[in-house]
This record gives sequence, C-alpha cells and structure tokens, in this order.
Amino acid sequence: MTTADTFSDLDTGKRSKRAGTSRSLASILLNFPYGLALAWLVIATVLLWTLVPGLFTAYDPLQGVPGGQLKAPSAAHLLGTDSLGRDLFSRIVHGAVHSLSGAIAAVGVGLVVGTGLGLFAGSVRGRVDEIIMRFVDVLLSIPTLLLSLSIIILLGFGTINAAIAVGATAIAGFARLMRSEVVRVRNAEFVEAAFGSGGTFGKVLWRHILPNSLTSVVAYTAVQFGWAILQISTLGFLGYGAPPPTPEWGLLIAEGRNYLATAWWLTAAPGLVVVAVVLSANRISQSIGKTNGRSA
Amino acid sequence: MSASDKPVLEVRDLNVSYSQRDIRSTVVHGVSFSVNAGEVVALVGESGSGKTSTAQAVIGLLAENGRIESGAIVLNGEDISRWSNARLRNIRGAVVSLVPQDPGNSLNPVATIGEQVREILSIHGRISRREADRRVIELLTHVGLSEPELRAKQYPHELSGGMKQRVLIAIAIALRPALIIADEPTSALDVTVQRRILDLIDDLRRQYGTAVLLVTHDLGVAADRSDKIIVLQGGRIQEQGKTADVLAAPQSAYTRKLLSDAPSLAAAKPRAPIEPGRPAALTISNLVQDFNLPSGKTFRAVDDISFTVPRGTTHAVVGESGSGKTTTIRAIAGFQKPTGGQIRIGDFDVGSLNSKDLRQFRRKVQLVYQNPWASLDPRQTVRAIIEEPLLNFEPVAREERDRRVAAIADRVGLPTTLLSRLPHALSGGQRQRVAIARALVLEPEVVVLDEAVSALDVTVQAQILDLLAELQRDLGLTYVFVSHDLAVVRQIADTVSVLHNGRQVDYGTVEQVFSAASSDYTRELIDAIPGAKFPHADISRHAFSAGPLS
Repeated sequence: MTTADTFSDLDTGKRSKRAGTSRSLASILLNFPYGLALAWLVIATVLLWTLVPGLFTAYDPLQGVPGGQLKAPSAAHLLGTDSLGRDLFSRIVHGAVHSLSGAIAAVGVGLVVGTGLGLFAGSVRGRVDEIIMRFVDVLLSIPTLLLSLSIIILLGFGTINAAIAVGATAIAGFARLMRSEVVRVRNAEFVEAAFGSGGTFGKVLWRHILPNSLTSVVAYTAVQFGWAILQISTLGFLGYGAPPPTPEWGLLIAEGRNYLATAWWLTAAPGLVVVAVVLSANRISQSIGKTNGRSA
Repeated sequence: MSASDKPVLEVRDLNVSYSQRDIRSTVVHGVSFSVNAGEVVALVGESGSGKTSTAQAVIGLLAENGRIESGAIVLNGEDISRWSNARLRNIRGAVVSLVPQDPGNSLNPVATIGEQVREILSIHGRISRREADRRVIELLTHVGLSEPELRAKQYPHELSGGMKQRVLIAIAIALRPALIIADEPTSALDVTVQRRILDLIDDLRRQYGTAVLLVTHDLGVAADRSDKIIVLQGGRIQEQGKTADVLAAPQSAYTRKLLSDAPSLAAAKPRAPIEPGRPAALTISNLVQDFNLPSGKTFRAVDDISFTVPRGTTHAVVGESGSGKTTTIRAIAGFQKPTGGQIRIGDFDVGSLNSKDLRQFRRKVQLVYQNPWASLDPRQTVRAIIEEPLLNFEPVAREERDRRVAAIADRVGLPTTLLSRLPHALSGGQRQRVAIARALVLEPEVVVLDEAVSALDVTVQAQILDLLAELQRDLGLTYVFVSHDLAVVRQIADTVSVLHNGRQVDYGTVEQVFSAASSDYTRELIDAIPGAKFPHADISRHAFSAGPLS
C-alpha cells in the first residue's frame, strides 16, 4: 500500500509488537505475574485432588482409626484427625470432587439458562425482553440463600440438588450480563452489515452476536465458580448439602465447629482451602477480563 | 502580520518517543520550527505523522508513556522542555493554551458552561466572584455565542457541537495567552460550522495578536488559514515555508502527493456528461420518513425527497448532520420502511418487501459504512468477512467460494496474505477495502456508500475514490454516495441532491448545482469548502467518467 497505509501499519505494528530479543531476564522476573501463577497452581492442585486423590493421601476418608481421634497435625496426619479418627487432609482431598463438581454443575446451570435467557431477550427485544427481564429482576430481588434453601426444600436434599439450587441463584446475574452485552453488540455496525448482506436472524446471532458477547461472560463464569464453591459450602455447613459422612468441604467445617476450642484446625483447614480456591478463581477471572479488554 | 523579532515559540531539534512495554520508539525526529506573534502556523500531516505528538510536547501534555528525548522548546525566551509538571501548570492557559479536537468529550458533562469558563479564571489568579461572572459573559459574547447569560447556566449536552467548540475557544483565550494550540479544532464539525469557527479563531488572532499553532490533516484548511505551513511525514519535517510558496511550488514529493490528493485543492475536471436515455437503476419518489419520539410526537426526518439515478452513474446525497441523508440511504438499503413515497430498484419496491423478498433484495443493494473500524467483526478473519454474504444464499461449493473471495480481494487491491488476518491488524484504508469487497462479492447493482471515505487520510481517501471509480467503470456499478464533503462530491459524482433539515433544497447534475445553485444553503455549503484561497494547485487529478452500461 502507499505511504498512509504504511503509517497506520506502523501504528498497529507498534501496538501488537511483543518485546522479543531485547527483553532481559531481570525484566521477565520483575514482570512475571506471580499471583496469577499461584492462582493457577491452586486450581490445578485442587483439580488433581478430584482426579487422583490416591496420589496425595493414603488414608481412607470415611474410615476412622480407633484411638486416633482429634489428633493434632503431625507427620503422620498432616492436618490432624477428626472426632472419629479420620485423617482430615484425606477428607479434604477426597472432598474436592464433591465441592468442585457441585460448583461446576451450579455454574453450568447458571451459565446455560442465564446466557440463554439473556441472549434471547437481548436479541428479540420488545415485549418478550420485558417479560424475561422482569422475571430476572424478581430472581435478583430474592436473597440468594433464601432462594437456594427454598429450592432445596422443594427438590430434596443432596449434592446435585444443592448444585441446582445454587445454579438457579446465578441465573439472574448471567442473564443480565449477557443481555447487556448482546444489546451492545447488536447495535454495532458489523451486525447491521451482516443483516445487510442477507444474513438470517439465526445466522447473525450465531456468527456475530454470540462470539462477540461471550468475552465478559467467560470472565464472569470464573468469578461465579469461586462464588458457587462458597455457596455450596454454605449449604453443606447448614446441613442442606451432601449428607454425612460425605467429606464435602462445608460439611467438614460444620463438623469441626464443635471442637473449635480444642481442635481449631478442623474448621480452619477446610475453611482456608475454600478461601484459597475462591480467591484463585477471582484472580483468574480478573486476568481473563484484562486480556479481553486489551484485545478488544 | 505583526511579527516581532523574537518568536513566541521556537522548537529546536525536537525528538519525542513513546515506550511500549520495553521498546521505545521515536515518533518525532529532529523537528524544528518557530511561530511568531500573530502568526498562524499549520502543522499538516496524516495520522501517525507526529503532528499531534509535537503539539502535545509543546504544551507538556504528552501521554504517560511519551517522553521528550532531546531538543528545546523555547516559549517566550524560556526553554520549557525540561520543566516539571508543576511549573508547566503555571503557564498552561496563561501563556499557552489548547483548543482540543473533540468538543463532545472535552467539556465536563456535570458542570455548567459558566463554571468551566470561570475555573480557568480562578486557577490563574484571585478574582472576585462578581468580576469572574462578568468576564465569563464577556468571553462567551466574544466567541459569538447567542444569549451568553443563558449559555453560562447550561450544561454541555444542551449545546451543539459548534457551540461547545466556541466554549472551548473561550476557555483557551480567557487569559489572552501568547500561543494557542488548536488540535484539529474543526474536524468533528460540519463544514459550515467549521468555517465559522475558523473565522472566529482568525478574528481573535487579529485582535489580540495571539500566535496560533494549527494542527490539521486538512490541507484545504491549512491553505486558507495559515501564514506558514509545516508538512510532517513519519515524524520528520518534509517541507516548511510560507503557505503561498509551499502550495505554489511544493519542494518535496510528499507535499506534491498530498496536494494532488486533497479534493478541496485539486481542480476537478468535469466528468463526461451522462448520455440521455440510460435506464434508471434507482428511482425515489416523494420519500417521507417519520420517527416516533418518546414524547408521543412524530419527527419528520425526511420530507418529500425524489431523485433518479441512471445505471452506472453516481448520485451524491449531501448535507450536514441532521439533514436526513443517513435516514434516506437507510431506507434505500431496506433497513427502514418509508412512511410515504416509493423507492424502486430494478423490480423491487423497497417499501413493500416482506422479509423473504428483502433478503433477495440484499443481493442487489449493498451498503458500505463510514467507519471501517466498526463495520467489520473484530473476531473474524478478512476471508471470513468477505465470504459471509456468499453463505447467506443458495449454497456455493467451498472451492468456488474461495475462488470468488480471492478474485474480489484482488479486484479491490487486497494482497492475498491479508486474507488470514483479523481486522485490527489492518490499516484504515485496507479495512475499507475489505468492506467494499464484502459489498461487491454478491455482485450487486447498487452500492450505497455512507461517508465511505470520511474517516480516512487524504492519500488513502484518494486511493479509495480511485478504486470506486475503477470498479464503476469495469463492473457498471451504480453508486449512491453520501457525503458532507462537497469537494469529494465534485470529484466523483454525476448528479447530486442537497438535503437541509430533511428537505431536498437542490437537485441536478454536479455542473448545474455547483455553478448555479438554486438555494442559499447550497451556495453557503459551496463557499464553505476550504481551500478556496488557492483554487487550484497546478497538479490536477485525472477525472473519471461514468461507468459503462452493463
């Protein structure tokens, strides 16, 4: 192209150019996102716990050792034992699968139903949009815990039902976010151009509106994941989640609270694990949001 | 000019660089110039030429990652290039002030006009409330705002773009600075408003003897308004000198190119007249378009417009913002149902199409948007963008699609290597070529161009106009070309409609309208074309003729 085109090329080139050879080791060390790496490490560890718990602990999470009740943390029991002599670390490791699958199921429910509603409302507009969004407003106005407790009472106790209950409370957030994104993208010129080149509604929705709306939804999903673990643990703590002796994290905290004075690690250890996972999910979500912001 | 011995501003060997992560890239290389009192110096260049960086360096407002590498900026005899921000703050507004580019974003939306003008008075010296109020009204009167007392109490959103720019000028001149830096002060404004604002800056300069550093991409504006001209390219000065000298006998090849590409300066050769008897590609009769306002009233955006476009010719729709030109073409492209009147394109009556026919109609009429940054999906590759219209109609085999995409990309001058890129890796001109390719891949008969070259630099604009003319000649396309820029219209259109407040105030061939406009408004528009002081630089562009009948 000509002069002017080359200028703008230079301009964009500058922006996208990665510091290649000139970047020194020191600046790599200085700029390395340690927090983010730690967050991924935490999530990766917890995922490994769910897949191969046997790799991390040899103890049975359900079978107690007679005479070994309420032992303080030691080399033999990293995080001590509970009132029935079960190894706490083993229970946390084996419990990961319950908390995580619950959270994934909950986020899945919220994501699919919420973004579906939001996408539909945002692209159809008009009266349908009004009805859906007022319904979402109603969902938003009910306190989340109250809503999930009512759903559990309707559906009955259990891990899956707890997940559905938590997911239902996430629907409203996803729907609102998705709708606002869809409305933003819908007004973009490239969407009109797509209609202008003969695109049908469904094709334009699938090819342009959905992919361009999803970026912030993905970041929001990561936040919701941490939040869902917290909610599921809350339900477990209150006794509405998985029934004992399932080593679910919220349940672990609840069981340990009777011994807070004598064996504080029984509540502190699973509590800290929940905190670490939630914070990690938030940190990762933040990084997704940032990279998307930059590339947009 | 009352040029004193000592220049107000002297820039010597200025180098400015920006850092991107770990890389520093220099964008201004050894720029030297001076501005005398009462003089207007125009800094001209295309985007990326370093003109804005130079201006920002002078007032010490470089972006956070920008730095003055070396050189001196001597303002009233003092080198300010190494001054701290705190020291610079004392001279900003008082000695040197800035008229920013975008009046829409440059005023605080939650403060009244009066408060914002008063602020500059109170920052630089104690002044009593009553005295300040008096000065505010005086300044607002001075910049030609009607009802200044009322304006002082209004908020920015209650003012039009031109009025906001006047307020910004009032703020800039409040303390009678020695130098005003005007960074593209009129690019965002309509051409008649642009003319009034430039007149105002001119008057104020004459009255106060203020020096003006005018940053602009528009050579026409620079030609009309400046005493000296500095042409920048890639951060280096290509040429500087007296405006008349530079325009009459440009020394550098780049300046010659800019001059020949600037539509307002090049003498347009008339296009060959359209022979009578060409069949009409598009007929609009008595088009009326109403919009319902939230208040329950209706607003008539387009009122009784009629024109006919013979096949293979270009019809220009001209008007300022709010004139109804966008509404008209959206109706032509089938995005709105007209309230009244008829639009006929081929066998289609656009107003009465159902959604199925509308899709078939899209094959005949395509729209190219003004802003190539917004009209391409940022997540799709160039190939996918151009290919998309082909997927919307009866299935085309993959190889056939690839072949047609490659052919059309080649036709609009896009290298094959760009097809796999995303739009953000393309320049503005390339993007607009992609948008044109997407419009042409369905082989339409009518292409509606909505300000399709307004967002582009002048040399790129000239290339795109050349491309459009070539495509018309080869493919027999019919264009409806919407523009606010009469200079461009004179260059490429056969017939023209001038819209004003939704009414068609002039209609005829370009020749007729330009030489004997029937309405005052059209004459005002023609007079407002910048560059009138230098009617033709001696390099003229080759003229285009209408496309063949196909």
